[in-house]
Amino acid sequence: MALRLPRSGVPQVLAFLAILAVNWMVSAQFFDIRFQDGRLFGSLIDVFNRGAPVALLAIGMVLVIATRGIDLSVGAVMAICGAIAATLADTQPLPVVIAAALGAGLLCGLWNGLLVAVLGIQPIIATLILMVAGRGIAQLITEGRIVTFTSPDLAWFGGGSVLGVPAPVAITFTVLVLTILLVRRTALGLMIEATGGNARASALAGVGTRVMTMAVYVWCGFCSALAGIVAAADILGADANNSGLWLELDAILAVVIGGTSLFGGRFSVVLAVLGALIIQAMNTGILLSGYPPEFNLVVKAVVVLVVLLMQSPRFSGLAILLSGARK
Amino acid sequence: MSEGVSSNTPLLEVRGLTKSFAGIRALDGVDLTLRAGEIHALLGENGAGKSTLIKTITGVLRRDAGTVSLDGSPIAPHSAEEAATAGIATVYQEVSLLPNLSVAQNLFLGRQPTRFGFVREGETRRRARLLLRDFGLDIDVTAPLDSYSVAVRHLTAIARAVDMSARVLILDEPTASLDANEVEILFTVMRKLAARGIGIVFVTHFLDQVYAVTDRITVLRNGRLVDERLTAELPRMDLVRMMLGRELVEATATHREAVSPTAMSEPYAVFENFGKSGYVAPFDLTVRGGEVVGLAGLLGSGRTETTRLVFGVEKADQGTVTIAGKPASISSPSEAVGHGLGYCPEERKTEGIVADLTVRENIVLALQARRGVMRPLSRREQDEIANKFIRLLDIRPPDPERPIGLLSGGNQQKALLARWLATEPRLLILDEPTRGIDVGAHAEIIRLIRQLCADGMALLVVSSELEEIVAYADRVIVLRDRAHVACLEGDAVNEPTILAAIAADTPQAA
Repeated sequence: MALRLPRSGVPQVLAFLAILAVNWMVSAQFFDIRFQDGRLFGSLIDVFNRGAPVALLAIGMVLVIATRGIDLSVGAVMAICGAIAATLADTQPLPVVIAAALGAGLLCGLWNGLLVAVLGIQPIIATLILMVAGRGIAQLITEGRIVTFTSPDLAWFGGGSVLGVPAPVAITFTVLVLTILLVRRTALGLMIEATGGNARASALAGVGTRVMTMAVYVWCGFCSALAGIVAAADILGADANNSGLWLELDAILAVVIGGTSLFGGRFSVVLAVLGALIIQAMNTGILLSGYPPEFNLVVKAVVVLVVLLMQSPRFSGLAILLSGARK
Repeated sequence: MSEGVSSNTPLLEVRGLTKSFAGIRALDGVDLTLRAGEIHALLGENGAGKSTLIKTITGVLRRDAGTVSLDGSPIAPHSAEEAATAGIATVYQEVSLLPNLSVAQNLFLGRQPTRFGFVREGETRRRARLLLRDFGLDIDVTAPLDSYSVAVRHLTAIARAVDMSARVLILDEPTASLDANEVEILFTVMRKLAARGIGIVFVTHFLDQVYAVTDRITVLRNGRLVDERLTAELPRMDLVRMMLGRELVEATATHREAVSPTAMSEPYAVFENFGKSGYVAPFDLTVRGGEVVGLAGLLGSGRTETTRLVFGVEKADQGTVTIAGKPASISSPSEAVGHGLGYCPEERKTEGIVADLTVRENIVLALQARRGVMRPLSRREQDEIANKFIRLLDIRPPDPERPIGLLSGGNQQKALLARWLATEPRLLILDEPTRGIDVGAHAEIIRLIRQLCADGMALLVVSSELEEIVAYADRVIVLRDRAHVACLEGDAVNEPTILAAIAADTPQAA
């Protein structure tokens, strides 16, 4: 594997700004922000609000990928936890609802972690199990129906606000800050990067690589559970078939756009979240432009290609060569 | 080898080759002249520019300036494949063939004989057998490559290269993982090829081999050409001086003075009847502070296995451990680290360094792991530790923020030593600490081992170089067939006695 240069985040920020600029061109009101009913509204706010679930998934996913793993089950875990929250919402007090949903997420993460860290199953296969089974479990919980609820407490997680900031954004931001504190203010970040960079060498240096691996899957399960709660609260119901469907791919994409290599090692939580926002900004832009949403997928692919090219050492070498030739 | 087969036009002529990485000159106007039928040693310390020179010649790296001519006409390959087509083939230390394909398939991969577009397996096998017989190798060519020893894999790679009409063969440390017998086979093949007029560039760290097989020597130092000489006319001491640019302190010459080893200090670690079935037969091992215990034996005799049991990489299924007088259990590396043990494994790349992380992060890793995740070292503490050891061990370049993968082998080894020294271990296990590193770093590491021992640390050192073991060990444990067969102390620590103990059947010296 080639050694990667230290990431600066410049390509990601430029890409995000460029997409925002394009959005502004297709919709002049893109940057308009209104304050209404104690909450901010506007297309830009929408990018953050709609992007929250994928951003939450990306926060968990980036740590998993840093250990050279991958978690395909995050979408299914969203569905399970959303289903649990929606089913309990109208009969149980909020703390019980949240605890049950988050607990389920942690359990799912623990399951993945056990398969990968203890049984040594390849992450892509290990998490595929829960990806398939999880959606079935979610359907069992909802008994195959779309479960709706009316509890305003739970609904807050989707439509509420904190000091004018939509609740999903506030939750994501909190988890982001919490995660960064957790990995960078302790030695967890170094241990995770070492585990992903060379698990054998790290274990021989005394790093508890199994514990690290378990921990990242558990945290990923927790983040997925939160994303599931937010998604369910947003539509006041749980749709076991569609909640979180294919979002694992968006989360992986967000991490990769954020410059974290699938080969593990160096990671950036902030850039992974920025990656999620880039994806959402594109989605929003296409909706605003009036093009059919089918274009979304193609445009997404093109943008991913561009960001990846900008990160590729070969491509930047080429760029340097070209700019040198022009001088 | 016949000297001066064709004196007018050299086979390969490199002039003024220059290559910089991010402003640092890795090669500075280097010349290399390879004549047909010549075996030419390319020597230099780690970081001298040998690998860069090879990669620049073969087009793996783009050169900044200079010319490369083959048979008098300039060439500029853009990749190793292009170079191979032009007639320059390279065989690297880690053979880049496909281990799960058969020997025959490897030999003819990408150029299999075909009929109507279908590969003719029988024909491939027949040609492979013929080709290898030429190399003195009579093996089953249908067996997968990885069922053979490293030596056979090397010969296969060389046979493939030569058969693809190579006239220049570059061998990058082919002997690093071969035993003496296999080295001899390789040398025979090299001589045979040279007699056919093929020019061979031979990179190695073993000076004996240089004198055994080469005709001419080119020495590089710090990216510059030092000199080109005829091997027969260059005394060994002069060669070492050329490589180092200074007088080599003869660190390995004498056995350290015997300080009545057993009686002086309390044993730090005592392993009794310690072993794992099918791995290493149960053994007793006592290591004291201020003592170096050497583990000697042939490859595969159980030296590395012993160290892995001691450090908890493999779990022992019998025996007891006493650390500093108290019963202890060591069933994982992190437990071992907790007991004040440290371990530099033999496989530096796969088990030592975390290539992507910086030198600083690699150095603090073990210390941080022992402190636990909740007690992080601050960035300032990390910088202090990293800089201290970079200075102390003369790690080059002295940049703590450089990814460790970009350092030369000797400097990576020093950084790994620093990783453990930072934890202030009571017992440090070193498995082949000088394997694959240059003469200068070699002497430094031996000096360091003695220094650490003098400071009261206990060391358990595996080495294939008897001379080296004799130089620093107070006691030598000899292994054979995965069992400890002898323990030599005091005056018995000398090469003949160790050799006698390694060789079976002889009455054991004690």
